[in-house]
Amino acid sequence: MTETTAEVTAVEEFAPVVEPAGGTLRGVGVSAWFGARKVLENVDIDMRAGVVTALIGPSGCGKSTFLRILNRMHELVPIATLAGSVLLDGDDIYGTALPITEIRRRIGMVFQKPNPFPAMTIGDNVLAGLKLTGRKVPNREQLIEESLRRAGLWNEVRNRLGAPAGGLSGGQQQRLCIARSLAVRPDVLLMDEPCSALDPTSTRRIEETILELKDQLTIVIVTHNMQQAQRVSQHCAFFLAAEDEPGRVVEQGDTDFIFGSPKDPRTADYVNGRFG
Amino acid sequence: MATTRALDAKPAPKPDQPADAARQVPRRRPRAWRWADIGEFAGSAASALLLTWLIFDRLLPFRIQGVAFVVGWYVLTLPVYWLVVRDGHGPVAAKDRLATVLIASGAALALSPIFLVVGYVTVRGLAVVDFGFLTETMELTGPLSEATDGGLLHSLVGTLEQLGIATLIAVPLGVLTAVYLSEIAGPLARPTRLVADAMTALPSIVAGLFIYSLVVIRTGWGFSGFAGSLALTILMLPTVTIAAEQVLRVVPGSLREAALALGSPYWRSVLLVVLPTARAGLATAVILGMARVVGETAPVLLTVGGTNILNTNPFSDYQDNIPLFVFNQIRSSKQTFVDRAWGGALLLLILVLVLFVLARLAGGAGPGGRSRRRKGTAK
Repeated sequence: MTETTAEVTAVEEFAPVVEPAGGTLRGVGVSAWFGARKVLENVDIDMRAGVVTALIGPSGCGKSTFLRILNRMHELVPIATLAGSVLLDGDDIYGTALPITEIRRRIGMVFQKPNPFPAMTIGDNVLAGLKLTGRKVPNREQLIEESLRRAGLWNEVRNRLGAPAGGLSGGQQQRLCIARSLAVRPDVLLMDEPCSALDPTSTRRIEETILELKDQLTIVIVTHNMQQAQRVSQHCAFFLAAEDEPGRVVEQGDTDFIFGSPKDPRTADYVNGRFG
Repeated sequence: MATTRALDAKPAPKPDQPADAARQVPRRRPRAWRWADIGEFAGSAASALLLTWLIFDRLLPFRIQGVAFVVGWYVLTLPVYWLVVRDGHGPVAAKDRLATVLIASGAALALSPIFLVVGYVTVRGLAVVDFGFLTETMELTGPLSEATDGGLLHSLVGTLEQLGIATLIAVPLGVLTAVYLSEIAGPLARPTRLVADAMTALPSIVAGLFIYSLVVIRTGWGFSGFAGSLALTILMLPTVTIAAEQVLRVVPGSLREAALALGSPYWRSVLLVVLPTARAGLATAVILGMARVVGETAPVLLTVGGTNILNTNPFSDYQDNIPLFVFNQIRSSKQTFVDRAWGGALLLLILVLVLFVLARLAGGAGPGGRSRRRKGTAK
């Protein structure tokens, strides 16, 4: 009975006046293994459009694994297996309905370490996704500018689009990677600790970028930085793994709730910096 | 002081001042050899020389000359030097210096054959190499011609054509195999790598024999430059494969993941991301493969035939090439032919040197060496 009411409220919440763009991603009962070692157990998270979802928790609790499951990067590790399903707008991405390349195009990813393609120029890096998916670029200059503007990098590189991407600073490279992901027009953007290798100024730029992108696509971010999770996210899931046990979601909900008055004492300890 | 300098950074006279200061304060190089050190070593060496002379010429009942004298000198230098340094700087410094001398002489010993070979070939070869040596053939050169008559144009053309064809065949095959080994890593990867490793040790005469029996005899094609290319391909393929695989392995996995995360099919990520990222290293791999086979004599001896006449068609009739030219000329009893063989050897050395320099240039170019691409994309 209570569950039904909760669902109704969720649906009501989910129907704002202006429909935010992006896809809805749902992890349903996701578990994951590397070989015989179980690293993730029974994770259910709703990642709704127009909402930034933050995954927090100490190292080794399965946040990144869960994120990589969301766009089928998990299976690049030969011994990796999983259970449960991930639904993108209702379709199971591990089913046969969608080809894997289409799934990965619709669910983009930004990695912990900036990884622009060193053999390409800045402009080519932005267009790399289209080239790699074999699509024509009708108006390359316009797409480059639009993607770089959305990633907040346009003004810094507008005069050197033909320069090699390796010459940019770490923060610029990371924003270039965001622009590269945006150029293929994904519905969801996954970010795996995108600021952990960057200085505070670059971090701030990327957080601004996230907030600007929030209404254009669904964003899921893994972060070790509590303040960052508080600043950029609206929904928050706390992962925790006890010793020799798989990671689980201890608590999730609105970011204000998780950081303000969490129900679980472990969550309170973690977000207040008492462990982890 | 620091603030003043920061404020006055712009004006012109200021930059001179640090230069002046640098000139006044002598730079100290703690690791440099001082004159005293050199004197110690020179004195030790001189006393050891005299000691050797004393032993060999005055004390021993027989005389030893040449190499044994030098070896005796070297062996006596070490304890004398050790005693001198120990007296001046203590036992630790003495051990350190002695080790330095031993290691340096080891390096010199290892390097000396290279310099001897290159130097000797250069001296012998320069006597006959001139412009005509590159533009004439041996067609009209007889036993009574001068050493500077005739040339190896026919061999040079043969070498370039055979090397070119071998490269055209071996490089695509080798790079594709390397992609299979490092990117796809299928069930056949282990045996393939094993065979490629083993084939780098394949005796080159076996490759020649194989092509000789299969192409030259069995098909009735006869000797030709193309048969030589095939034999060279067999030798080049494993070298290119292994070098290319090592280069592809160095490409960071994060780039592959980035490409895949954009929705790329695997083959496109290899073609558009992995191979371009590794292209400098791949160029090195190709050139190393070419340098490996350019001097091979045994395989071409059995397959190209050898001739004194210029034949530019690699697909029919006998061709020559430079190692074969050297081999044929050096066996002659006439001194003029032997001299020409040294000229051929020098040219071969130069060819290998050029290939290695190209390999180093390509390897060092890195991702910055894309001025050509930059022009193409900067609109």
